[in-house]
Amino acid sequence: MSAEKNYIDIFSQNRALIDKGSAGAMNALRDKALECFTRYGLPHKGLEEYLHTDVRSWFEPDWGMNLSRVDMHVDQAQAFKCNVPNLSTLLYFLSNDVFAASDTAANVQLPQGVIVCSLSEAAARYPEIVDAYYGRLADMERPGVAALNTMFAQDGMFVYVPDGVVVEKALQLVTLLQSPVDLLTNRRILVVLGRRSQLTLLLCDHALAANKYLTTQVVEVFAGDGSNLKLYDLEETHNANLRVSDYYISQEADSTIETDFVTLHNGSTRNSVYQTFKGQGSTLSLNGIAITDKEQHVDNMTFVDHRVSDCTSSELFKYVLDDSSTGAFAGKVLVRHGAQHTESQQTNRNICLTREARMFTQPQLEIYADDVKCSHGATVGQLDEKAMFYMQQRGIPMEEARMMLMQAFVGEVIGKVTLEPLRDRLNRLVEKRFRGELSQCEGCRACR
Amino acid sequence: MMLKIENLKAGINGKEILKGINMEVGAGEVHAIMGPNGSGKSTMSNVLVGHPAYEVYDGKVTFKGKNLLEMSAEDRSHEGLFMSFQYPVEIPGVSMTNFMRTAINEKRKYQGLQPLPPTEFLKLIKEKREFVKLDSKFMNRSVNEGFSGGEKKRNEIFQMAMLEPSLSILDETDSGLDIDALRIVADGVNRLKTPETSVIVITHYQRLLDYIKPDVVHVLYQGRIIKTAGPELALELEERGYDWVIKEYEDSLK
Repeated sequence: MSAEKNYIDIFSQNRALIDKGSAGAMNALRDKALECFTRYGLPHKGLEEYLHTDVRSWFEPDWGMNLSRVDMHVDQAQAFKCNVPNLSTLLYFLSNDVFAASDTAANVQLPQGVIVCSLSEAAARYPEIVDAYYGRLADMERPGVAALNTMFAQDGMFVYVPDGVVVEKALQLVTLLQSPVDLLTNRRILVVLGRRSQLTLLLCDHALAANKYLTTQVVEVFAGDGSNLKLYDLEETHNANLRVSDYYISQEADSTIETDFVTLHNGSTRNSVYQTFKGQGSTLSLNGIAITDKEQHVDNMTFVDHRVSDCTSSELFKYVLDDSSTGAFAGKVLVRHGAQHTESQQTNRNICLTREARMFTQPQLEIYADDVKCSHGATVGQLDEKAMFYMQQRGIPMEEARMMLMQAFVGEVIGKVTLEPLRDRLNRLVEKRFRGELSQCEGCRACR
Repeated sequence: MMLKIENLKAGINGKEILKGINMEVGAGEVHAIMGPNGSGKSTMSNVLVGHPAYEVYDGKVTFKGKNLLEMSAEDRSHEGLFMSFQYPVEIPGVSMTNFMRTAINEKRKYQGLQPLPPTEFLKLIKEKREFVKLDSKFMNRSVNEGFSGGEKKRNEIFQMAMLEPSLSILDETDSGLDIDALRIVADGVNRLKTPETSVIVITHYQRLLDYIKPDVVHVLYQGRIIKTAGPELALELEERGYDWVIKEYEDSLK
């Protein structure tokens, strides 16, 4: 428990400083978080849920933390010039964990009652909302990073859409990790959707300088009755980046959520998604793509909890693994007693391009209701050699044929993205990724 | 000379299947290669187009004056060699249009030409599609995915029309085709035929040869060409089977 002890010490010694850089509900939960963290610790390979990703070892080095919130001065325009074809979004930034709106977003008139701001600012200014939601979903009573994140997180983003309000324009939060030294950042995102409200939110994770970063991200999403959320999480960091991300999603009746978790470039990543259907008639489309090479590692764990009847979940995760990279997918679907008329489909398909690449997949289906339609499936294979030769016979060089087949493979997932400009952008980004051109941008200098 | 095969020995996994093939195909000629199952017909077509699983142990193949066996599969295609597959492959997620555009432009690149402008490409697609009576809806679909047997074969001829090869190998093109589809396919092949282009029809049955008239018929048996004659040979094989040719060959060895 030496890694844990280190963080408990840092926390105790810096408690006043941590509180000073944050506010309200965020500070109020820290004692409970410490208690949970002391009891459950960091997740490690001995736990089934973390079998393939030893998150604890990531925390063992002596990481720097910017608890006194020294201004790191991230030049956003300069830093983000590799943002290929611009999506028309309202752009916000997290420089490490410091929130800022772009000039356009700062001056735009959001629909009545919509709040998009720094989470610590929200905790101070809108305690009646934040207190009701902050930390209500993130489960600290188990080994994970939720407790640690709640102990240390000082800021992040807050999005609130009141009942009946539709936010037409997509919101985009770009996280820019940049620091003169190796850095551990704990960021927090809280999204609250009122009844029949609509929101599109795109989270992009970038690492700018070639330093090592370790980030914990905890995202809590409350989707009210009849609400509609499109939520996309795109990681484009570098080989020295470590990321642990926990999503906690709660869906009330007749709500619709579409998500896509895309790992385009990274070091080691663990994404967990804990979703719960709390009201009937809801739909979840939960998708993901991981493209890895070198020594990269991507582990997606999803847990879909059908607590009530008449909900539909569909899941599609695809991985393309090159070199000696590794991937893991564990998808659990729980259909509880009484959750009749559940429809659930889970698919995980993977391509290992080399003999050294490894994929671990574990689809799990647990059903306690008898009138349901559920299926799951997983495959690990190689590119179709017959298709490759067919293309070569038509004059398409082998490299190009490989590229087209890989693009087509992940294209099925991208096709599920209903935000059209994002779909086009993802197609282009994925193509660039396969062509090895993504590392050309400033942000990914460390990957060359 | 379009194609000259000299003493070609080839096989798969170290097992020699072709045991010394000699054959010449002139420009403008149609050759049929017939033979019983397991005689090496598929091996021969696969070796010619450069399938990576097949190994060449000996011999020489000259295609339009160039050493064919030294070329990559894609370069053989760029040089004008085309094979209509016995089992056209489905490629989910790759649209016909994207597939054809890439193929055409890669060939142009090989020839030192600029990519075809999109409007000209679409015009070309339309013209060739009508040529083989392939509905436009297929162009937005994934390559061969969900195509019927007949549609797949028609798609092969469509691709042949697009790429305008100088030598086309039709590998068991008649298998799985009903008579109408067979006619459309054969009609396409015949209309694409010019005095400068050649065709090798590989088939087990004589049926296709009613529609695509060969100039020369070869019988392949146990990896060797045991008889070469005019088109009348195909009819005779249809009537009498292969046994008599095999016997004739075996007697000649004694």
